[in-house]
Amino acid sequence: MKIIKAEEVTFEYIRRDEDGNVEGINRAVDKVSLDVKEGDFICVLGSNGSGKSTFAKHLNSILLPTEGTVWIDGMDSKDEDKLLQIRQTAGMVFQNPDNQIIGQVVDEDVAFGPENMGVPTEQIKERVEESLKTVGMYDFRKKSPNHLSGGQKQRVSIAGVLAMHPKCIVLDEPTAMLDPLGRKEVIRALRALNEVEGITIILITHYMEETVYADRIFVMNKGKIVMDGSPREIFKRVEELEEYKLEVPKITLLAHELRKRGLRIPDCVLTVKELTDALKKC
Amino acid sequence: MPIIADHLTFVYGAKTPLQTTAVDDISVKIEDGQFIGLIGHTGSGKTTFLQLLSGLIKPSSGTVYINGEDIYAKDFDLHSIRGKVGIVFQYPEHQLFEETVFKDVCFGPKNMGLDQKETELKAYEALKLVGLEDEVFYQSPFDLSGGQKRRVAIAGVLSMKPQVLILDEPTAGLDPAGRKEILGLIEKLCRENKMTIILVSHSMDDVAEYVDRILVINNGKLAIDATPKEVFKHREELEEFGLSLPQVTKAMISIKESGIPVKTDAITVDEAIEEIMRVLY
Amino acid sequence: MKDITLGQYYQAESVIHRLDPRVKLVGTLLYMISLFVFNNIFCYIVAAILLAVVIALSKVPIGYMLKGMRAIMFIMIFTVIFNVFFTNGDNLVEFWIFHISKEGIRMAILMMVRLTLLIISASIMTLTTTPNRLTDGLEKLFRPLKLIKLPVHEIAMMMSIALRFIPILMEEADKIVKAQTARGARFDSKKLTERAKSLIPLIVPLFISAFRRASDLALAMEARGYHGGDGRTKLYPLKYASRDYISYAVLILYVAIIVFLGITSARIIAHLTPANSYLSLLF
Repeated sequence: MKIIKAEEVTFEYIRRDEDGNVEGINRAVDKVSLDVKEGDFICVLGSNGSGKSTFAKHLNSILLPTEGTVWIDGMDSKDEDKLLQIRQTAGMVFQNPDNQIIGQVVDEDVAFGPENMGVPTEQIKERVEESLKTVGMYDFRKKSPNHLSGGQKQRVSIAGVLAMHPKCIVLDEPTAMLDPLGRKEVIRALRALNEVEGITIILITHYMEETVYADRIFVMNKGKIVMDGSPREIFKRVEELEEYKLEVPKITLLAHELRKRGLRIPDCVLTVKELTDALKKC
Repeated sequence: MPIIADHLTFVYGAKTPLQTTAVDDISVKIEDGQFIGLIGHTGSGKTTFLQLLSGLIKPSSGTVYINGEDIYAKDFDLHSIRGKVGIVFQYPEHQLFEETVFKDVCFGPKNMGLDQKETELKAYEALKLVGLEDEVFYQSPFDLSGGQKRRVAIAGVLSMKPQVLILDEPTAGLDPAGRKEILGLIEKLCRENKMTIILVSHSMDDVAEYVDRILVINNGKLAIDATPKEVFKHREELEEFGLSLPQVTKAMISIKESGIPVKTDAITVDEAIEEIMRVLY
Repeated sequence: MKDITLGQYYQAESVIHRLDPRVKLVGTLLYMISLFVFNNIFCYIVAAILLAVVIALSKVPIGYMLKGMRAIMFIMIFTVIFNVFFTNGDNLVEFWIFHISKEGIRMAILMMVRLTLLIISASIMTLTTTPNRLTDGLEKLFRPLKLIKLPVHEIAMMMSIALRFIPILMEEADKIVKAQTARGARFDSKKLTERAKSLIPLIVPLFISAFRRASDLALAMEARGYHGGDGRTKLYPLKYASRDYISYAVLILYVAIIVFLGITSARIIAHLTPANSYLSLLF
């Protein structure tokens, strides 16, 4: 079963000048087709303005394609009757942690989604508790979000989505505004969700280190999907990635350069351990 | 124009239960033309320290000397410091407000009391310096890309002709290419235009590659002050502060631990390649 | 701004904290009305006793509460002075253009007591109730107004979002001020027109940011399935417990006592105090 299926998805928006006259049409997403297997950890990479965020917003009907179709767990994203169900199936976490927390207390915020769905009070309590425990924020349930760090706020946002019991979570650059510690916290939480709970993760990012453990990476450039494969397959193509204004992790780059200079190192090294092991054999 | 922080201390919410010492007795001298990296995790007090250095908040005790003058002395006109020490904050959105890029960059020199001709000349020079093309000049700053906005924000401060430029995480939220461009620009300002640079960053890899000297701040105190190579030898200490080593240094340590006799002081990819090739080839 | 205790939630576990916000809202309102309807010392003694009991039960430290009073000290002093000097009556002391009368002192003391009780009672409510519970309470209390097409849920939601974003925007304003100061902006001009003009570099970024936040938030709310108040459930639905019924009973009793005292006090006073004693100043 494919949890997400996109077929020839195109999204255009009209640019207007100050008087409202049409200046031109921008094609932010250009004939993107892809599918995502349930339970996978997917990363979508791309530089600023590559269309990756616009595409992500199609995955729970925030934006509707100008052309083409998106299916979420078999539901057409344009089907208005299924709107609530689609939003429950594919939850979404955004970049700015401050602008997506609605509640003034952590637990009240996490409850927001289930409240909208009309879940009975007793079950909301259970859901809030288990979601906060999953992301490791249960001890903060009575705190004001304003007193949390960026990483903690993002984990609360993830819990807020989790409480809706989604099959898939789409995260639109959730770490862009965080410090290294916060980034680690969020990525760790996502990996646990994927491995333990089996939730499909679609992570949109431009930090390469975060994609090392992904099952599959899509690289977007100028609205199109230009690369598609496992991290190993993607990071092999160092020069090509640079063309798309991206870079491989430093370790991969180091291994790549050593290999070019004649050392016998496998052609795609992702972690320090792999590099060390490879060098020992030289 | 050397900057000296002399027992600089800043206390928030003094005499309340929430009293915290954000900057705790920091003394340091920053020489002309140095490229300095300031690191510390969120809440370490580094932003407060920067604001003290640039005369934006008054210290609880201690003071700052710029060019030998005590900037917090009673008879010192703090307004005059703007043409000496420039500070660019993390989000360009916090300072852009004019209709066009050019007008926005004129804001600083105009505040310094320059006449229109001088103001426009300074603005033009600054925009050229940060590498913005003429066609951007009359666009709205809000329509620009993230990287371009940062450039406009930097130009907005450069137009006041400071000798010292302080940048608070200028690369946050940019993609790898954008990060490289901004860091390249900052490096150029230091090496070619001989400006003193203080760069705040979370990214060890960025700092390691560019700067001459690193100041590590932890809990409001200046914990380490040394060259990058020296700083990254303090591995345990850095970890204790919630900071990590550059990825390359981590790799070199791991390689050495596996029995290959490499030196572990490489901090950039190029240095690491050289060292590994020296040992293995 | 941070010194104002009024309106800031103080976290503690107490009966008062657990009370239904509707009880607290209705109670505070009735209490305030009672302070204004009658003004004689017996009513105030009863009111003060009730407030003292509530404070004791609330576990909010007295010092914390009084700190909040500092912010309004000025208004208080002003009111007292105004009443002392400008109430007409039999003059006790006279110098230059000032004259202090018995009625003046009486009014000043009563005003001070009244204001103190008023402010403490209002702050007790906000100190023990999270803004969210408060908006929940208001939403439920005003629910009948839905019948006349008042968007009660929407207003309550707007209030709670505003409360969440005020501290964020204040912090942001502070950052913008610093960023612009660093570019030589001055916010201290003496001339009003210049001062207004100098605010543009502050207001434009703040507005742009606020709009951005608003649109982000709308998106996030939509993504989490928000579709207005219909069919929503609550994590903490408002349900009266026995303590709430007891509180209502106490409140009714209080109102009855106050009304009784208000009506009969004139006679009691006549019995109690010999004319012209200093004590009579108070009545």
